[in-house]
Amino acid sequence: MTKPYLELKNLSKSYDGRSRALDSVNLTAGKGEFITFLGPSGSGKTTTLMLIAGFEAASEGEILVDGVSIGRVPPHKRGIGIVFQNYALFPHRTALQNVMFPLQMRKLPKAQATEKARAMLALVGLEHFAERHPREMSGGQQQRVALARALVFDPALLLLDEPLGALDKNLRENLQIEIKRIQRSLGVTTIFVTHDQSEAMAMSDRIVVFEGGRLQQAGTPLDVYDRPVNDFVARFVGDSNLLPLRLTDPAAGTGEIPGIGPVRLPAQPGRRAGEAATLLLRPEVLGLAAEGAANTCRMQVETVVHFGDSALIIGRAGETPLRARLPGLAAQGIAEDSEIALSWNPTAGHLIPAA
Amino acid sequence: MSAAVTASPEKQAGGSSLKSWLLLAPLMVFLAAFFLVPLAQVAVMSVTDPEFGFGHYVDIATDGFHLRVLLDTFLTALVVSLCCLLLGFPLAYAMAAAPGGMAAAMMVVVTMSFWTSFLVRTYAWMVLLGNRGPIAQFVQWLGFEAPELLFTRFSSTVAMTHILLPYMVLSLYGVLKRIEPSLPRSAASLGATPLSVIRHVVLPLAAPGIANGLTLVFVLCLGFYVTPILLGSPREQMVAGVIGQQVEEFLAFGEASAMAMVLLASTLVVLGLYHRRFGLDRLWG
Repeated sequence: MTKPYLELKNLSKSYDGRSRALDSVNLTAGKGEFITFLGPSGSGKTTTLMLIAGFEAASEGEILVDGVSIGRVPPHKRGIGIVFQNYALFPHRTALQNVMFPLQMRKLPKAQATEKARAMLALVGLEHFAERHPREMSGGQQQRVALARALVFDPALLLLDEPLGALDKNLRENLQIEIKRIQRSLGVTTIFVTHDQSEAMAMSDRIVVFEGGRLQQAGTPLDVYDRPVNDFVARFVGDSNLLPLRLTDPAAGTGEIPGIGPVRLPAQPGRRAGEAATLLLRPEVLGLAAEGAANTCRMQVETVVHFGDSALIIGRAGETPLRARLPGLAAQGIAEDSEIALSWNPTAGHLIPAA
Repeated sequence: MSAAVTASPEKQAGGSSLKSWLLLAPLMVFLAAFFLVPLAQVAVMSVTDPEFGFGHYVDIATDGFHLRVLLDTFLTALVVSLCCLLLGFPLAYAMAAAPGGMAAAMMVVVTMSFWTSFLVRTYAWMVLLGNRGPIAQFVQWLGFEAPELLFTRFSSTVAMTHILLPYMVLSLYGVLKRIEPSLPRSAASLGATPLSVIRHVVLPLAAPGIANGLTLVFVLCLGFYVTPILLGSPREQMVAGVIGQQVEEFLAFGEASAMAMVLLASTLVVLGLYHRRFGLDRLWG
């Protein structure tokens, strides 16, 4: 990463002076980066966004944009574009007047403001809707107007607070692509807040996972997916099997899972024999048992859910619940209440140290 | 057969509308007996007492005195409405922005004056503004001559503003509370100073409530009787006071009736203008 553009230093927020809605968050973002704050509601992601926007004051810590602390700058002087979940368009103004608003506040001459606002509406594909009022537009169109309005004044940062939450699935996927395209073409540093992990995976340069007011993990989508730092991240991002494991020979990479037996793992230098840990196996790394596979287990099938391209097999290995995602063709012959043999590659498992 | 089937819902509908008329009947009888009939009598009296003709209306339009009273009344009502708006808007804005408990407490304070008889409130102002009242004494203590506050247009305007303020606050609070909180926030994030937020976002969205409050206060003020009589200047009376005086002191029922009809007509004109723009059903929220 290049030199940090946005820095959160030891950022904390408490509303009642005792419990912390946000606890010592440290994060840096490079110019032009697309960062997603991912977490369940109440995890601190929206609080962080409100602190950056200036709608709430931090209890402790600092926010720097381009090296300058903005903690004492009022929201209207921060120059940060925000898109709210409910669009927050001004109902008494047309789409064009909405987009012109920030330019008007910056005392731009009207002709110039109109021209800029029209260009921005064209960028979001709404040049023919300029004269419509928000109530005459669909949710997706309103969200595009809100995006255009947040971008038209060349903001230092773009904050998106669950902007797609209220839209249906197809529209949401189209807008994800659209937002990404516009964000790249303008090169604006962006923070996107969502509780939808697939949205986070699809859009982000980096994902920051929040839980209980704390930053759990920050990394690329594949980092977070393949190498979660704890059970929470593993569970929250993607579907997962978390199997309790006891290391038998860390240097050689062997362990034992109760109910499944001995398994092979990547070598775990620096860990002690007998140490407890959790093995993360994503359902898609499990396959029907191959000849001579290093790791195998027998699974009692309880439910088979067919998606067409793939199928989710839900069952148990001994007492341990297990989920496997198999290619559609491979899963065709599997009946509920039958027993199947599964295997996985030792390098496909990720070991999470016990908390 | 089919006729019977189609007829029955109609009959039912007819029956239920008859029922709802029956439910309304006591009120209708009451209104007719105690409101419409006397009103009609007043209307008739205005052109028959003491003799038939439109003489009273001609007098009102031409003799100067009546027109001045009407003009004074409208002016006072306008000043009171604007004062209510200026005082009520910040209060309603603060109430709408306050957290639940605080907003409820403010609401109690605002409506508290609703629960006190306005006669009591009028007398309270007499005490406050009187020659030996606290305000006069304070001014004297500062070393100035005590100003004449009571029995002026000032004192009646102050008291009417106080009495009518809750109507304004409540109608403003209604619209301000409905403004989505993310709108002022998003305006601020887009570069609007707090004043710009009010001017460009809050005021336009509150416009129906402002019109509503102004109309309500204005119309109520037009017909105000007790407060201007007790507190106001005898030289600058309002219409209702003049009507009362004509009835009680001069027994000039015809003239008083004509004034009453003119007052009624002016009120209806104001309400009509409001109705054309906003719809009358919204006036009481």
